[in-house]
Amino acid sequence: MSLYFTKEHEWISVEGDTATVGITDFAQGQLGDIVFVEVPSAGTQVAQGGEAAVVESVKAASDVYAPVSGEVLEGNPALEDDPSLVNTAAESDGWFFKLRLSDPGQLEGLMSADEYKAFADSQ
Amino acid sequence: MSDAPAQALPLNDWHVAKGARMVPFAGYAMPIQYEGIMAEHKWTRESAGLFDVSHMGQLVVAGEGAEKGLESVLPADLSILKEGRLRYSLLLADDGGIIDDLMVTRRGDHFYVVVNGATKQGDIEYLQEELPSGVVVDHMKEQALLALQGPKAVDALSRLVPGVSELSFMQSGAFELGGVTAWISRSGYTGEDGFEISVPASRVTEVADLLTEQPEVKPIGLGARDSLRLEAGLPLYGHDLDRNVTPIEADLGFAVSKRRRAEGGFPGATRIIGEIDGGTITKRVGLAVEGRQPVREGAMVVDGEGNEVGRVTSGGFSPMLEAPIAMAYVPTALAVEGAAITLAQRGKIFQARVVPMPFVPHRYNRKGAGK
Repeated sequence: MSLYFTKEHEWISVEGDTATVGITDFAQGQLGDIVFVEVPSAGTQVAQGGEAAVVESVKAASDVYAPVSGEVLEGNPALEDDPSLVNTAAESDGWFFKLRLSDPGQLEGLMSADEYKAFADSQ
Repeated sequence: MSDAPAQALPLNDWHVAKGARMVPFAGYAMPIQYEGIMAEHKWTRESAGLFDVSHMGQLVVAGEGAEKGLESVLPADLSILKEGRLRYSLLLADDGGIIDDLMVTRRGDHFYVVVNGATKQGDIEYLQEELPSGVVVDHMKEQALLALQGPKAVDALSRLVPGVSELSFMQSGAFELGGVTAWISRSGYTGEDGFEISVPASRVTEVADLLTEQPEVKPIGLGARDSLRLEAGLPLYGHDLDRNVTPIEADLGFAVSKRRRAEGGFPGATRIIGEIDGGTITKRVGLAVEGRQPVREGAMVVDGEGNEVGRVTSGGFSPMLEAPIAMAYVPTALAVEGAAITLAQRGKIFQARVVPMPFVPHRYNRKGAGK
């Protein structure tokens, strides 16, 4: 399993040709109390950098982008009932969606955990 | 809004030391939140929150003819405003549009007027133009303004200011708070009982410390201020009110006093009095939105064919109702309780219904209300 990060504050955990995507703990801290999450449904095709999900805090709506291209396998059903999972467990139970990678080569342009930490610290 | 760097308010360092996240607002660096909007919102509803609203404009309008002069720009009946009493009013343009909303207090030989931060410069210029030459408008830049809001605000403040509990909603007076001269009114912008406290900027840090040392009190940011006022059904200037809407469209007819309705003599009087009798095409209402996703400012109100017939001017998630709520201008025919409203936001359709405001009941300390 490999873990990557984006400048848009998403994380992507890859195992074989499937991956789980969420937003980082840093991002949830910036957004504040999350009250609604809209995740893509299975079968949706998402393109790298394209809008894939919406996350709404008390004060604002934010788009979540697909870190890589692929077909959505599943949106996290738990977020519908309890969107605050993103606040309490952003990088585990608060995952947004799983997808099948269409171009694993896209992973090479993403950040490692150390690179992302340095990036987030500079924000 | 200009691109000028955000100015620091007198309490800037205090906010930072308290862990606030600072954002630019109305030209100032302001605290958007400390521990989190949801927690701060709920704390204010159950205990007491301290808000720094020093960005607002505190004005003194003085001189011979001040009362008549103010009545020439506001639809309030100031002749019946007693000493120390305050009233919500509207600064009006000639076409009846709203230039700002404000609080006006009769204070001795002058009026104390509190206007919005983002609009204060324009308000002052407008007042100087419109008021007779003998009337002076003084912008009290040396004063800071705090708001202490919530059901326990009176317990916390009474400990520091004996006698302050004697004030009823919309009454004010001069007090001492920890050796600092303070003008305190029982008013606010959350729907809760509470106070607004004007003190010299040079002493505001010690006052804020004294207030937050009280066990009931925590500092609260702008984020919760917005969600609290939305639940209370209170409009926000620049969002729910602007120069393109009249007091009647904004459902603020209560701000047009009885005598002024009869006599006129304020900007836009003909139109506004006509609208009181004949109604308006659109009206501000409260909406309960289905589902959990908030509908925000700028979302469209649409008819059956998808044509835009109105607009959401404020919207968010109500922490107390745990559901999305909004204010919108809708066609008057739909401005009735229970009417079904269709909204469109970023290509998605939402269903809502008109509900009475406030969304969360006001709990003001009204005189004679008994406890």
